[in-house]
Amino acid sequence: MDFRVSEGQRELAEGIRTMLAGRLPLERIRAREGDERAIDADDWAALGDTGVFTLTLPEPAGAGLGLADAAVVFEELGRALVPGPLVGTFLAATRDLVPGAAEGRAMVAVCGSGGPPWLVEHLTSLDAAILLPAGGMGGDHSLMTTISEAPTAQRIAIPLDPLTPLWQLSQLPAPPNLDDPDQELFGDGAILTAALQVGHAAETLDLAVAYAKEREQFGKPIGSFQAIKHMCADMLVRAEVARAAVHAAACLADAPDVLAAEAAAAGTTPFVWQQRAVAGAKLLADEAAITNARVAIQVHGGMGYTWEVPLHLHLKRSRVLATTFGTSSYLSTLLGTLLPPPPT
Amino acid sequence: MDLRYTAPEQAFRDELRTWLAATLPGVGTPPPHDDWPLRREYDLRWQQLLFEAGYAGVDWPAEGGGRGSSPVEQLIFKEECERAGAPYVGVNFVGLLHAGPTIIAEGTAAQKERYLPAILRGEEVWCQGFSEPDAGSDLASLRTKAVRHGDDYVVTGSKIWTSHAEVADFCELLVRTGEERNRGISWLIMPMDSPGIEIQPLRTIEGTTEFAQLFLNDVRIPVANRVGDENDGWRVTMVTLSFERGTAFVGELLECMRLLGELHHIGTRLDLFERDGSWLKRIGRLVAAFDALWALTKRNVSEAAQTGVPGIGGSVFKLSFSEHAQTLADLAMEMLDTAGLSADPLAGLNGPIGNAEQVHNWYKSINLTIAAGTSQVQRNIVAERILGLPKAR
Repeated sequence: MDFRVSEGQRELAEGIRTMLAGRLPLERIRAREGDERAIDADDWAALGDTGVFTLTLPEPAGAGLGLADAAVVFEELGRALVPGPLVGTFLAATRDLVPGAAEGRAMVAVCGSGGPPWLVEHLTSLDAAILLPAGGMGGDHSLMTTISEAPTAQRIAIPLDPLTPLWQLSQLPAPPNLDDPDQELFGDGAILTAALQVGHAAETLDLAVAYAKEREQFGKPIGSFQAIKHMCADMLVRAEVARAAVHAAACLADAPDVLAAEAAAAGTTPFVWQQRAVAGAKLLADEAAITNARVAIQVHGGMGYTWEVPLHLHLKRSRVLATTFGTSSYLSTLLGTLLPPPPT
Repeated sequence: MDLRYTAPEQAFRDELRTWLAATLPGVGTPPPHDDWPLRREYDLRWQQLLFEAGYAGVDWPAEGGGRGSSPVEQLIFKEECERAGAPYVGVNFVGLLHAGPTIIAEGTAAQKERYLPAILRGEEVWCQGFSEPDAGSDLASLRTKAVRHGDDYVVTGSKIWTSHAEVADFCELLVRTGEERNRGISWLIMPMDSPGIEIQPLRTIEGTTEFAQLFLNDVRIPVANRVGDENDGWRVTMVTLSFERGTAFVGELLECMRLLGELHHIGTRLDLFERDGSWLKRIGRLVAAFDALWALTKRNVSEAAQTGVPGIGGSVFKLSFSEHAQTLADLAMEMLDTAGLSADPLAGLNGPIGNAEQVHNWYKSINLTIAAGTSQVQRNIVAERILGLPKAR
């Protein structure tokens, strides 16, 4: 067993980070705040060319990597605040659901079917949307529709996240069932969403620590005060614990033999064991991202409450991500229910 | 990132599991918490069985007589022992995890020969004399004084939080031999039958006597019992602490996971979940937290296996684990309602409720954010050593 982030994975993260810093620096991303189209089509295609959406497809179509590697990449995408339907497009590309998704020539969002209200992100940029089963994880199949069949939609004037434009649908189209029931789609999507959240949690930690080192009050850096130190330490704990959970869930998705062995040792089925790992990872990553953003804002004091400092963008995006692939209420209940019943 | 155990690791697990299954039925039930002589006997007997089977000192290097197992094998050892319900390390804790490793690293050949085999074979018990009434989190301010008289140190002062002092043969003792804070401390081996040692048991919140205060009045300790140089005891102590390989709380973590499962059974039997959905949510949150801490343990152990130190793991793990263990204990008390008011086992309409071990855990959990470095000290460590925030002191 070697559960460290491998050298190859570190290089992968570094590569993505460098690519994003050159192609999608924060100023470029923020220039589109409030726009109907949150990311330029060429930038989306650049993500596709980098292979972001096809990491887990076998070569030559993809990079032949695992979901754990994809989680490492998605953490960087979260860190960098990259907008757009990243997870939906990845799911569509790796399952060959929508032409062009793999290359970043198409955008595919995910949409919960539990409304009303039925809200869809990035609607006018989309080529398709994947409708998630209302039952959440373990629903027999996911449903998909091309968005051209969508009924009337009304743009939300003030979406919570200025980089996640939203539309409200008057009703959901009756979508065709996917030919193939895909039990892993929800789980994979939840893991990658959780990976994005870990990226947010890690970035807001870094921003808070950097500010605590540089901002001086009472003649010294505020980071020398224990009240601030302890907030930062707790942010690190949240991020590290959540990251370990996300990586473990991704590793189990990559290794059916390990999953089967762990499930057998725990006296349960591989499906339940995977659900448990995924739900726990998503729950903790959501909390880490949201709480760390809030604490980072607190460390920044009044500046943290301004539009200028990007912390609010992390907080708002984390809120958006927390509503997809299982809310905290759904996930925590599921986790409680998955424990084995008492012996009779 | 690979959670797959190698073939040798799997073989180690299988062999250990077979041995535990064959051995544990003959071990008997643990004695009452407060009966230290019986606990000594029971814990030493377990150590003897481990020794005979070649499992003594899995985490000790081979040159100290240990098994020299990899950190991953140490994790497997603790996991299998916990899952099989094997006895805890108990009174062997200080010998196996503190004093022994210190002597391996810093002791003389004569000291190694005299003390190490007896620890591994389960013949001698050690206790710890580090903390003092006025030196807790600030351990380096300790004041128990050792003055040289010929071939002896004459030691005067007081030590506190000394577990199982009543039944210990030796004490790993930190004393002040010089003026400078960290550079004026020495590490001594104190025989517990030396004249001038008074042991006063301390009563815990639970009402038990888990530890004691030691009063040392002109206790003579041979200079030959010093480990490391005079005034170099602080460094010697830190060497021991770095033996930790990320597995320090594995037993406690697995125990919490088991108790959480039991609590879920209690809720089912008491029919709580039908009436109030929030119980399941709170249980579910703890499932997520403990599972994640298990994953973090594997990460820390993997880090230790490659680099020799558990990375940023130890403090991060302890901060999160101790607080979730307390959340579990408080949730158990809320769910038990009035049944949580009794430390005696109670029965309900559907048979035994299972309150006693949850109540015991509630007491125990209170100490987790205090012992082995308070959460506040841990946060300082994380902030200063990992995040690089400036020291205030």
